Amino acid sequence: MELTNEIVKQKLIAKFGEQVSGFTEPYGMLTFEAPKEMNLKVLNFLYDDEELKFRFLTDLQAVHYPDEKGRELAVVYHLHNLGDNIRIRFKVFTDISTPDVYTATGLYASANWMERETYDFFGVNFVGHPNLKRILNVDEMDYFPMRKEFPLEDQTRIDKDDEMFGR
Amino acid sequence: MSRPVSYNVHTKPLETDISMGEMPEGFKGEGFFATKMNDVVGLARKNSIWPLPFATSCCGIEFMATMASHYDLARFGSERVGFSPRQCDLLMVMGTIAKKMGPVLKQVYLQMAEPRWVIAVGACASSGGIFDTYSVLQGIDQVIPVDVYVPGCPPRPEAILDGFMRIQDLVGKESLRRRTGEKYKSLLESYGIQ
Repeated sequence: MELTNEIVKQKLIAKFGEQVSGFTEPYGMLTFEAPKEMNLKVLNFLYDDEELKFRFLTDLQAVHYPDEKGRELAVVYHLHNLGDNIRIRFKVFTDISTPDVYTATGLYASANWMERETYDFFGVNFVGHPNLKRILNVDEMDYFPMRKEFPLEDQTRIDKDDEMFGR
Repeated sequence: MSRPVSYNVHTKPLETDISMGEMPEGFKGEGFFATKMNDVVGLARKNSIWPLPFATSCCGIEFMATMASHYDLARFGSERVGFSPRQCDLLMVMGTIAKKMGPVLKQVYLQMAEPRWVIAVGACASSGGIFDTYSVLQGIDQVIPVDVYVPGCPPRPEAILDGFMRIQDLVGKESLRRRTGEKYKSLLESYGIQ
């Protein structure tokens, strides 16, 4: 029987009940969320189940929603079932003051660098990561660039001449 | 066929003979020619510059076009581009240099032997270009001293050749004692280079 979004959704609800929520299908891709303590359980279930078989981690990123207090940082996992060609998006929300999420490196080796990039740009602390340090930015940087909490221009810049740049 | 193709090729007759270079000023005699050491060394150096292409992004492609047959860089003496800093005279930085790449670029510059020149090709190497952001070094003159800047995004091969010819002028006219003088030392000190 062909695997469809409906079947995936039914299996998830059967296994996890009320803990998985927020099922939507933007552009045909099933999207759901779960509490951040459950993220490994859900990922393992999606990996191990013989019918679901989501064994390819396409992307691991974060989104910063500055207006939703208590749920500011969303860690987003994109998974792919290569055999049946089904994609699924799994979101985990966390507070910005304690951005600790369990690492997926035990399950997917590709999550290693993707989690380092997410830490580098959003500050999400992946608990249990073997080597969580900055990957694309300078090591001495003390802020997280992709968070939406900075003014448009850096007020402390000294190398751009004001008169030449029309300020 | 809608309309015949027009090839805009206007052959210009040569105004001056370009097959021989200019001789430096000196005193001629029967079988000898006396001139300043500076001029001779400058002439030799400027017509045989070995560049080190530090091509990072799009300007590197324009450099590839400059090295190719149409806009030949080899006719200016740089037939051999080396990728070892120990053997090169001119560091051509072409492309965006990120803040993480800055120390690497400085290391490459430090490994070059005197006399060395630096040309910053393109807007990103000269001043950060359109990337006014947290991750891009706003001009390589924040880390190494630069001799010639070639603006453009990317500069046409003719512009790169023009910058190269200005480097040739600088090389030809440079005093032999410049690299050991006080001014040069203080320039390097301001970059933190011993």
